[in-house]
Amino acid sequence: MPDLSINFAGIKSPNPFWLASAPPTNSGYQVMKAFDAGWGGAVWKTLGVPVVNVSSRYGGVNYRDKRLVGFNNIELISDRPLADNLREIEEVKKFFPNNAVIASLMVQSRQEWHDIVRDVTNAGADGIELNFGCPHGMCERGMGSAVGQEPEVLKTIVEWVMEVARIPVIVKLTPNISDITEPARAARAGGADAISLINTIQSIVGVDLDKFAPYPIVDGKGTNGGYCGPAVKPIALNMVKNCAQDPDVRLPISGIGGIENWRDAVEHILLGASSVQVCTAAMHFGFGIIREMTAGLEQYMTEKGFNTIYDFVGKALPNVKHWEDLNLKYQVKAHINEDKCIGCQLCYTACEDGAHQAIGLQEGTRTPVIIEDNCVGCNLCSLVCPVEQCITMERRDDGTEHRTWKERTKANDIPVTFNDDRAGGLHHWVPEPAAALGKERHKTLPGKARALGSPQEVIAPKASDVLSAS
Amino acid sequence: MAEYPTPTTEQEFAANFAQIKPLMSNTEALYESSRCLFCFDAPCIKACPSGIDIPQFIRQINTGNATGAAKTIYEANYFGNACGKVCPTEVLCEGACVYNLNEQKPIEIGRLQSHATRKVIDSGHKLFGPGPANGRKVAVIGAGPAGISAACELRALGYEVDVFEAREQPSGLTLYGVAPYKITNAETLAEMDYLEQQFGYRVHYNRRINSREELQALEEAYDAIFLGIGLGATNALLLPGEERQNCVGAVEFIEQLRMAHQHVAVGKKVIVLGGGNTAMDAASESSRLGAEDVILAYRRGKDEMGAYEFEYDLAKSVGVKGLFNVAPVEIVGNGKVEGVKFIRTATRDGQVQIVPGSEFVEPCDMVIKATGQAKQTGFLHLIPGLQLDGKGRIVADARTGQTSNPKYFASGDALNGGAEVVNAAAEAKQTARGMHAFLTENGLSS
Repeated sequence: MPDLSINFAGIKSPNPFWLASAPPTNSGYQVMKAFDAGWGGAVWKTLGVPVVNVSSRYGGVNYRDKRLVGFNNIELISDRPLADNLREIEEVKKFFPNNAVIASLMVQSRQEWHDIVRDVTNAGADGIELNFGCPHGMCERGMGSAVGQEPEVLKTIVEWVMEVARIPVIVKLTPNISDITEPARAARAGGADAISLINTIQSIVGVDLDKFAPYPIVDGKGTNGGYCGPAVKPIALNMVKNCAQDPDVRLPISGIGGIENWRDAVEHILLGASSVQVCTAAMHFGFGIIREMTAGLEQYMTEKGFNTIYDFVGKALPNVKHWEDLNLKYQVKAHINEDKCIGCQLCYTACEDGAHQAIGLQEGTRTPVIIEDNCVGCNLCSLVCPVEQCITMERRDDGTEHRTWKERTKANDIPVTFNDDRAGGLHHWVPEPAAALGKERHKTLPGKARALGSPQEVIAPKASDVLSAS
Repeated sequence: MAEYPTPTTEQEFAANFAQIKPLMSNTEALYESSRCLFCFDAPCIKACPSGIDIPQFIRQINTGNATGAAKTIYEANYFGNACGKVCPTEVLCEGACVYNLNEQKPIEIGRLQSHATRKVIDSGHKLFGPGPANGRKVAVIGAGPAGISAACELRALGYEVDVFEAREQPSGLTLYGVAPYKITNAETLAEMDYLEQQFGYRVHYNRRINSREELQALEEAYDAIFLGIGLGATNALLLPGEERQNCVGAVEFIEQLRMAHQHVAVGKKVIVLGGGNTAMDAASESSRLGAEDVILAYRRGKDEMGAYEFEYDLAKSVGVKGLFNVAPVEIVGNGKVEGVKFIRTATRDGQVQIVPGSEFVEPCDMVIKATGQAKQTGFLHLIPGLQLDGKGRIVADARTGQTSNPKYFASGDALNGGAEVVNAAAEAKQTARGMHAFLTENGLSS
């Protein structure tokens, strides 16, 4: 039985799953319910001087029939008086002494920071998270991401906090910055114990086509919000990796961004996170998702023989390299498993229009065929194929050669002029431009005309008269 | 106990004949359209006799553009809504869906199609109109799927069109011959109104053309004549006792059912003769009208029936029982039908042979003959020079629909011998273009 518990920069938690600072942690009621359901920790909805919120706060991105693949909000920090929150933190800790309660904080002056850090410590919080990430509303007032985007300011505020902090301090970073490691390094320089990332991404999730206003709409107007949900995971993973690999950061990382199941969590952990935070998924499906997350994580660890979380924190990091370190001699080519092919020909059209014209059609069958010489091994066909394991990428080099761009550069073996004959695609065949003509045109014809061919073929004489029919 | 209680009200009739392809809600359409893969050179398009760009209209539904979806459908097929409901999609578009090969449920193309078309019909949003008048006139005989489709296309091409229909209402078998659980009368007629309002052809109802004089008048008044006359009455079996009361033809029975609903009486025990799709319909309908026993009697084996498998499954699902390898020899009774005398058969080398001495009487109080429809050869012989094939079908150019009398063009059941609504709609659209090509080529062009 693997041990899911963590000790994150001194904050102990029975499992690595924490609720992120957000609406699900707005009250003691919600946090207690979450702990009761099995969540390991909760980062309390950000405390500060209470705010006033607008009505109409969230917007969603749906993909076809899938709701909320992306989500944004224009809600601010807690709008409840600090005293109420402190009282509830105390009560939660009484009921759940072994679960982690982390107080998220956002205030302005040094004195305010000192006061609120002492208050939440006295209330029994296990740790503190500094909200330097909120990208809407609060940043207009010089807080949230306005701090996270200025490493010097960030460092100064961390220093103020560390002057009085007696419990671990996490700095929550904003992704609305070109190099995430700069504020991460500033957090370390300021003395923080850990970092968490990513906060939400500045976004407009959609525009109402009739009202000509962005979602969510507040009395006919809108503003940019903070984007999160499954769609942001790839951005979060990359930033977590960047911080985990930076030799000057070297802080425990709480991974946030697009986590809604055990797989997402494991990905964050493999790239260096040692706790993970969840918000959108809990807002979408409720606290009950924790059962699948802990069960899945436990199963994974058992199958892999990992005894603790720390057995695989950052385990994928050695395999995340710079592009120039990748082996240019490695060669894969697509292979279509004819027995599995259902003939949708998505691979054909994707390769034709979106890649390298390396898939052809054959007479008498709908199963396309790979044109080996043209296949560059880009994976596109295998990505669009709707059938599991129908298109596989097969290794074609013998594995004996290894040569990277970096090595080629050193060896003076890279293209350097516009028409260099060391160009990677020099001898790659592409069809003549004019060969494209007429390949798609017939599809614009309606109905049977399309099946039969051009209108000229449908009706022999005076086809031009017929063309205007519809 | 019967499978269904005998319906006595319109509500009870509607319950017994509930639509097997009910209207999709917006949400259902969103979920279903989301599943479409958007295949390249999609097999569903190829399987559709009218060649509707199915992935395109499904994508349009998915992006909230139901009007555009309806336009895509109607551009290819003027009976878009009806076809979504009455087409044997299981063997056409949905049967060709690549999901079948992955052991997944195919996309419900028919219901998506009706979803989009119903929206524009209900909204009255016009998608088409007549083309600029070209000064020429075409007469269309028959307001069925072929005739109406030809009328729409000819109007789009600028012709003045008069449709002559023997019955009171348009759409032919879609209204008079399709099983009520496939499409309702109201829905059928709504689409006909929608088309007529857009294209503005004139339909003359209760105007059966059945004499040489009438045809001559049309030949003189119109530049060309389109024949969309379909088929005739149920073939006679030429069996003793066939004239007995309660021995009816399936086509006539279904027509009565479509017009009079629950007011049609059905026997307690019904024997349906035949193994085609119409036989399946008549059997299902008998059961849904409250018959206690419905027997489907076919002279060959189950697997040799002409009906689609799903149609037989549908009949079985409402309690219809099959009786195979039997040939009727006499309708027995005394004034009224009291049974059918059968003889058992065996199929050897593809030939049906009777088994001597195996006669038996299966009692019943109603017989429905679903043994095919006769061709309207009597009428067709009134057209000079019109060539028919050995089966009584009109002979015409495959591309233009022009018959051996150059003034006459034909599509639909009278030409193909009896097929689906979609075939008639597709053929007629093409034939209309053939007429246009002929008339303009003949120097009649403006």
